[in-house]
Amino acid sequence: MDLTSLTIDAARSAVQERTTTALALTEAHYAHIKKEDGQIGAFLTLSKERALEQADRVDRMAAEGKTLPPLGGVPVGIKDVMSTRGVRTTAGSKILEKYIPPFDCTAVARMEAAGAVVLGKMNCDEFAMGSSNENSAYGPVRNPRDLNRVPGGSSGGSAAAVAADMAVVTLGSDTGGSIRQPAAFCGVVGLMPTYGRVSRYGLIAFASSLDHIGPLAKTVKDAAIVLGTIAGRDPMDATSADVPVPDYVAELDKPVRGMKLGVAKEYFGDGLDDEVRQAVEAAIDKLKGLGCEIVPVSLPHTRYAIPTYYVIATAEASANLARFDGVRYGHRARGVKTLAEMYRRSRDEGFGAEVKRRIMLGTYALSAGYYDAYYVKAQKVRTLLTRDFDEAFRKVDAIVTPTSPTAAFRLGEKSNSPLAMYLADIYTVTADLAGIPGISVPCGETTEKLPIGLQILGKHFDEATILRVAHAYERAHNASLGMTNR
Amino acid sequence: MKVTSKDVAYVADLANLELTEEERTGMLRDLNSILEYVDRLNELDTADVPPMAQVSDRYGVDESQQGSARFAYASREDILEGLRKSLRREEALANAPDADDDFFRVPKVIER
Repeated sequence: MDLTSLTIDAARSAVQERTTTALALTEAHYAHIKKEDGQIGAFLTLSKERALEQADRVDRMAAEGKTLPPLGGVPVGIKDVMSTRGVRTTAGSKILEKYIPPFDCTAVARMEAAGAVVLGKMNCDEFAMGSSNENSAYGPVRNPRDLNRVPGGSSGGSAAAVAADMAVVTLGSDTGGSIRQPAAFCGVVGLMPTYGRVSRYGLIAFASSLDHIGPLAKTVKDAAIVLGTIAGRDPMDATSADVPVPDYVAELDKPVRGMKLGVAKEYFGDGLDDEVRQAVEAAIDKLKGLGCEIVPVSLPHTRYAIPTYYVIATAEASANLARFDGVRYGHRARGVKTLAEMYRRSRDEGFGAEVKRRIMLGTYALSAGYYDAYYVKAQKVRTLLTRDFDEAFRKVDAIVTPTSPTAAFRLGEKSNSPLAMYLADIYTVTADLAGIPGISVPCGETTEKLPIGLQILGKHFDEATILRVAHAYERAHNASLGMTNR
Repeated sequence: MKVTSKDVAYVADLANLELTEEERTGMLRDLNSILEYVDRLNELDTADVPPMAQVSDRYGVDESQQGSARFAYASREDILEGLRKSLRREEALANAPDADDDFFRVPKVIER
């Protein structure tokens, strides 16, 4: 048995049935990381001690004949923006180079309570700000499919690790597309749940009204299992919703026949790469072949999504990142004489260029005289963008789009233009602004063998529907490639 | 140009950033290019559109209520101990760049 190519159920069953052990699975993944990650750069910190303790706990359960929880013995990775008690958490930033959280993020705690073995922390853009993972203070992540290309961002390490079989599944975070876009670039499944579905407690905040935690996985079913594990009300996060969590796995195999899927012309306009367009159109045809009805919908404010996002996200970021002052944790500049100088120099030395740019933009948008013109204006357009979806979802059950306008670009290709980089998120940011769930599922490759992602967007708290559509598509797509379903 | 170098200095001051001369020049260029793009929002008449601060407003708020009762969905019992125990002092100080046994230490704030 190849221990590093298993899905969640296969890994858990093997541990349960004692054909392998959680320890062997964990060690096989560490050996694979040692061999592969030198050239990819997906992990920032390995949490071996914690992983081996957890593996031992799971193995003892299995030896005693107890039924393992859903992630029993499954090796996972955690994006380094989620706090892990006793394990360094950097957020990809120099300012947190030595930070060791005294508590666990709720999503991580729930993963471990369900038996997951946390291998380590995944590289990402600094404070999750980026679309290529090139903004990490610890070096870029490279796309396992082509080492000269970016893995996408900001959850680049989380996506690359799953693509390169260095973890069965990982957690990422999505503020403007940071789970779905890297999933598309690396050829894995990425799910952003509804805002409020998963607690943000212990997630280092970027933009509080837009931040979502979700899984990156090898299969849609694995994403469904993880969502079921981490979803649900948490009293530690007042925005986590008290909405019942369905059995996502049980919902997967319900038929998609007769389901109405919206296609919006605004997501197929200028800037969409031809090969991506063809792959996504073929995927839509395939869904039609499965009995889905394709319905044209209009999302007329789509062209305003990126500017809206960059005002709101940076405004919130400028407030959230004010806490990094060199007093309670994080980097402090040496040789400073006054408190004010200490704040400034510590932040100057600790933050990277993109983080400073966003703090500046957000501070500007919130400053006296510009607050109404930028921040309130963007909040109003956010209402219009959300209404677009409300209107569309009166007619359809889900909406299908490309995840990203292009496949993975080259390292350095967009480094000199912040705006060009921001446009990589053009099909993903709107869902974050509206708080609706979205999933990216692989739907083919370019002639250069780079993965392409199909995005499926759903109604608030209706992850079950988009998972079901994604699962049906995944099965049909694999079958047409002559691949067996995992 | 919407943003001037004076604005950059003022905003950097508000944000507690120092920025080198080179960073300021880059910032002036980048902020102007991004804000020029953001100006696209002014194509829209939003006079009658309410601002949306967060998504929870849409499914949690009790529209029939006034004031804080509107947000009852997010409230909880006030617990003396809090939802979790406070960190022990040494845990709370463990990540501090400078601390003694009891306090975070910072450069002198008050001159005498």
